[in-house]
Amino acid sequence: MEMLVALAIGILTASGTFLTLRGRTFPVVLGLTLLAYAVNLFIFSSGRLVIDGAAVLQQGLPVPDPLPQALVLTAIVIGFAMTAFAVILSMRARADLGNDHVDGSIRSQQNDGDQR
Amino acid sequence: MSHLPILPILIPMLAGILLLLPPLRTTLTRQRIASLVSAGINLLVAVVLLNQSATGEVAVYAVGDWHPPYGIVLIADRLSALMLLLTAILLFAALLYASAGEDETGRFFYPLMMFQALGINGAFLTGDLFNLFVFFEILLIASYSLLIHGGGKHKTRAAVHYVFLNLVGSAIFLFALGVVYGSIGSLNMADMALRVRELSGAELELAKVGGLLLLVVFGLKAAMLPLQFWLPRTYATAPGPVVALFAILTKVGIYCMMRVHGMIFGDYAGDIADLIQPWLWATAILTIAIGAIGALSSPSLKRLAGHLVIVSVGTLLSALAINTPAAISAALYYAAHSTLAGAALFLVSELISEQRGGALDMIVRSRPVAQPVALGITFFITALALIGMPPFSGFIGKLMVMQSATTMMQMSSTWPTLLIATLFALVAFSRAGSTLFWRATGKNSDNIKVSSTKYAAIWLLLLAAPLMSLFAGPIVEFTAATAAQLDQFAQTPEILLNGGNR
Repeated sequence: MEMLVALAIGILTASGTFLTLRGRTFPVVLGLTLLAYAVNLFIFSSGRLVIDGAAVLQQGLPVPDPLPQALVLTAIVIGFAMTAFAVILSMRARADLGNDHVDGSIRSQQNDGDQR
Repeated sequence: MSHLPILPILIPMLAGILLLLPPLRTTLTRQRIASLVSAGINLLVAVVLLNQSATGEVAVYAVGDWHPPYGIVLIADRLSALMLLLTAILLFAALLYASAGEDETGRFFYPLMMFQALGINGAFLTGDLFNLFVFFEILLIASYSLLIHGGGKHKTRAAVHYVFLNLVGSAIFLFALGVVYGSIGSLNMADMALRVRELSGAELELAKVGGLLLLVVFGLKAAMLPLQFWLPRTYATAPGPVVALFAILTKVGIYCMMRVHGMIFGDYAGDIADLIQPWLWATAILTIAIGAIGALSSPSLKRLAGHLVIVSVGTLLSALAINTPAAISAALYYAAHSTLAGAALFLVSELISEQRGGALDMIVRSRPVAQPVALGITFFITALALIGMPPFSGFIGKLMVMQSATTMMQMSSTWPTLLIATLFALVAFSRAGSTLFWRATGKNSDNIKVSSTKYAAIWLLLLAAPLMSLFAGPIVEFTAATAAQLDQFAQTPEILLNGGNR
């Protein structure tokens, strides 16, 4: 279980980081979304992972820490709003600048072909 | 009066919401009056809070009467009150400046400014690390929208960088919070400061990682060296009154370092005491250097102002690296000075660019400005204050930072950097000023009428320069007491935990 969660967070973070470093806005937005997923999982696991715990308080069963769950809820809401904003801003940038590069200009045609 | 500490959060929030609703939304005049009135009330509350905190009283406000370490607390001590007052002054001046016409270029200007102030005030008040994240997001999302206020190609391009960078920053902040909560087991700052002393083994290492990740986040806010590239372009393209309020944003990062790293990972943190200081030395010096070089190479006045913001951040970081009460006190004085003078410079460059037609604020030969005398004097005084020339507050601020360096190592690294950066700023300003005002060709044929409101806003900020040197004594007394109080909190965080039990 620990391994699985750790792997999921690791893979999400790695792909998120990779996509965030791309030159075009769409992969970057995707990368930010993946990073947000990774971080949500990460915060969730910061309250320690408990198997077969009680969903609501119950005697004799281990109780998971409720605080990270509350934190994750906040983080998810904020992450959602920010992703929506990033998408709209990217579309606006595409319209204003005439291309979808994060830098606002296409440096060389060759790179351009690669990234498609 | 016990609800006083939450007022700086409630006032801008309610004002922002009311400004979105019909009776105030319909006309611009009503929006202007309502937002100026609420900024005035906010300023008043900040002054009252400062007065209250000056007596040494620490107001710990448990939100919803949930007591620490479980509930969220707001802490109104000397440091918070000082930063709140700075924000309130900036907000009032920025709104005053904007009411002269800047607000017509886009929608929802006033509500967004109010929400921005809400985020900043909240970040200065909160005593809970996750709550700090929430207020960061509030101030960020307001700043994203304010940045593209008025629209245009350049603004969109700068905003894309700013937004993406800060989204990554938020993700790192959350990672840091997860690590810190997982290892220390609390998010209340005072409680964390107590618990961090008892850590050992793997948890200690994790707490270290979390603390350094937080440094990255605050460094991004503050524009610390490897994370400063976004600042000049962003600040150069954003509208004047917005940048005037943004001048406090870099200080939010510095404030968080003082609060979080000073208290939780500070002198008394057991095995991980003074976690960030070894990292701060090099970054501080290099931040000053890169800012000073950038100032020399700036093509426009606003870029120059942006690079000077980086220099001031570097100066503050070097004071934080010295990390004695005297250095913290000097940093607070310098932070107040550089915020107000920096904001004034952004507004001045906005005025200059309005009067030069197509040349805007570019440092090139162009037609003269419409009001060479009034504008020239204003620019001259702003420049003197920012460079750090004797009659004004910049001189005292820099002097205090330099005096706080006591050992040979500290002196040999901060003194030359600071002095050379001052020389660079002097050269950059004389180049900019002489080109903008004297190397003019032709005539200014436009009949530009500059409203006195804009001058009033600039002078409101600029008055601080002579006043802060005139009243340097009481101000330094206050900042010294602030530094002592911070040290006291770091030593005995129990004060903050018990303070909420009223």
